[in-house]
Amino acid sequence: MTVAADPGADPGVDPKSELSGRGSVGDVVFRGLAVTAASLILVALAAVFIFLGIEGIPGFNVDEQHYAGQGSFMGLVVPLLFATMYAAVLALIIAVPFSVAIALFISHYAPRRIAVPVAYVIDLLAAVPSVVFGLWGAVALGPYLVPAHAWLAKNLAWLPFFDGQPSGNGRTLFTASIVLAVMILPIITSICREVFAQTPRLHEEAALALGATRWEMIRYAVFPYARSGMVSAVMLGLGRALGETMAIAMIASPKVLISLFIVGTNNPQTIAAHIAQGYKESTPDRLSVLIATGLVLFAFTFLVNALARWIVARGRAK
Amino acid sequence: MSNTELSNEETKLSHATLPRGAQWLVGIAAIALGGLALVLGVSIVGAVVIGVLAFLIGYPVWALLVENKRSATDKLVTGLVWTAFGVAVIPLIWLVYMVFARGAATINPEFLTYSMRSVTGDEQGGLYHALMGTLIVTGIAALISIPIGIMTAIYLIEYGKGNRLAKAITFLVDVMTGIPSIVAGLFAFALFTLLVGPGTRFGFGGGVALSLLMIPTVVRSTEEMLKLVPDDLREAAYALGVPKWRTITRMVLPTAIGGIVTGVVLAISRVIGETAPLLVASGFNPNMNTSAFDDSPMMTVPVFIYTQLSEATQKGVEYAWGGALVLFILVMVLNLIARIVGTIFAPKTGR
Repeated sequence: MTVAADPGADPGVDPKSELSGRGSVGDVVFRGLAVTAASLILVALAAVFIFLGIEGIPGFNVDEQHYAGQGSFMGLVVPLLFATMYAAVLALIIAVPFSVAIALFISHYAPRRIAVPVAYVIDLLAAVPSVVFGLWGAVALGPYLVPAHAWLAKNLAWLPFFDGQPSGNGRTLFTASIVLAVMILPIITSICREVFAQTPRLHEEAALALGATRWEMIRYAVFPYARSGMVSAVMLGLGRALGETMAIAMIASPKVLISLFIVGTNNPQTIAAHIAQGYKESTPDRLSVLIATGLVLFAFTFLVNALARWIVARGRAK
Repeated sequence: MSNTELSNEETKLSHATLPRGAQWLVGIAAIALGGLALVLGVSIVGAVVIGVLAFLIGYPVWALLVENKRSATDKLVTGLVWTAFGVAVIPLIWLVYMVFARGAATINPEFLTYSMRSVTGDEQGGLYHALMGTLIVTGIAALISIPIGIMTAIYLIEYGKGNRLAKAITFLVDVMTGIPSIVAGLFAFALFTLLVGPGTRFGFGGGVALSLLMIPTVVRSTEEMLKLVPDDLREAAYALGVPKWRTITRMVLPTAIGGIVTGVVLAISRVIGETAPLLVASGFNPNMNTSAFDDSPMMTVPVFIYTQLSEATQKGVEYAWGGALVLFILVMVLNLIARIVGTIFAPKTGR
């Protein structure tokens, strides 16, 4: 009997193989399928690096005429990278306070029958395609903000952001970063909302029982608990903003330059927008330059996302 | 001093508080102020801003005078949170209104059934070619992503719990989630430039680019759903001698199917609006093209919107809004389907 209990020892008597019959073949096939699918992901990502590398690496060093008038790869990619960061940070500055406030609204302030539809509406915002946001920003929001551009350039010109000739059609980085902020708001909101809702109920009630007002309860019980989650939400929003193409390509009239000025007609161009606007050019050298800038963007967003994950992991370990 | 001589004021245990319904009083006052500003010739937006500011300042100041600083801060934050919510809803309403108002003016039977083939001047063109292209490209992406995504999730949850490959895959799926969409397009372009020839832009390339963006979403949502399936169910099946693959296909998947379908449909609705990868990988084409494998560009609705806007003509902007409405409806219908499926197959909880 001891032999039969050990499945590997005697296949003839093994009750498992007798019961499963065809099953063992099915098991092998099914398991094989699952492993293949999982490995395909590995292959796909490796392929992304390999093919972008093959097509892109020549782009680091081609004739200088292909660098959009910037002379060298660094001369092109540094302003682009600056603009990418700049637009994303501007969007974050606008989006983060709103996202945290809306997440608090849903998790702690709004009555339940309002909170549920509000959460749904914010998710709906996430479903709107970026090209529709871009269209809205370029045709509706931009022209509407022209007076705001003029006002900022007139009254806040002592800030480098507004020091210059304001744009007459609103197709500026200022408009684009507002649209970008609206686009990343749902991501940050939904993550913040989840971490806020996970605050232990007893912590909150203890704070209230000690006589804290609602804001003090949030400040001393909810925020400390949610800090790492909030940071990672912001980082994920940043990652999304860095890779976002259409809002900026459609709204801001671009130029490759490093400038803090955001309400004029020449706006710093981001990597993604630069690629989208140059994709039609058919010379192989120019295309490999574009692909090389794409590689830089990929590496950069990867770093930001890795940092976000590291922060989450550290928060969890505590 | 004897007890009986204590005045009412001194015997109270709590400090002074605002009267009940104070927020409504301040609210009405703020609306009145905004209304006054409107009458005095301030624009509607200005009047609303004045009203909101009056509430945001007035309510905490009153609380500060009657109660204390802590209470005033609390009131201020409450006001700010509500205001933030109100401000954030504006772009959504504005955008939805614009899409429907401007889009409805453009959409007519011709717009939906014509392509842009040799359309010049005032001639009526349409987005039929782009609509077909979007359906084909998204269909290809779904055909690639759904099997790979679901099988990967099955591997991660059912087979590879905690082993090294599973950990690596989880990490890589995370990396994939962060791929900027335009980089996915560049990848497909680079891939087919090497495989087929330089400058290849066709429907299948777009499908490959989109599937790169779709797979991580499908894996994530399927994983979450499979995690929800109770282990008791699996163990019961094993105890009856059911082989593992039958357990998965007959017990685990049917239990989680609602959530998986919801996740898949949401993933489709996410990629159907992607523009940048298609711009690079599928290109644009004013003509009808239903063959995804022909070496000729395939138009899609998002790219249609982008190119029409870049035309910078009156007609182009109108077409762009028409395209936006079509795309918006597609996305919303998919979201609605996902929600309905999710509700129908929602796991029956004890409550």
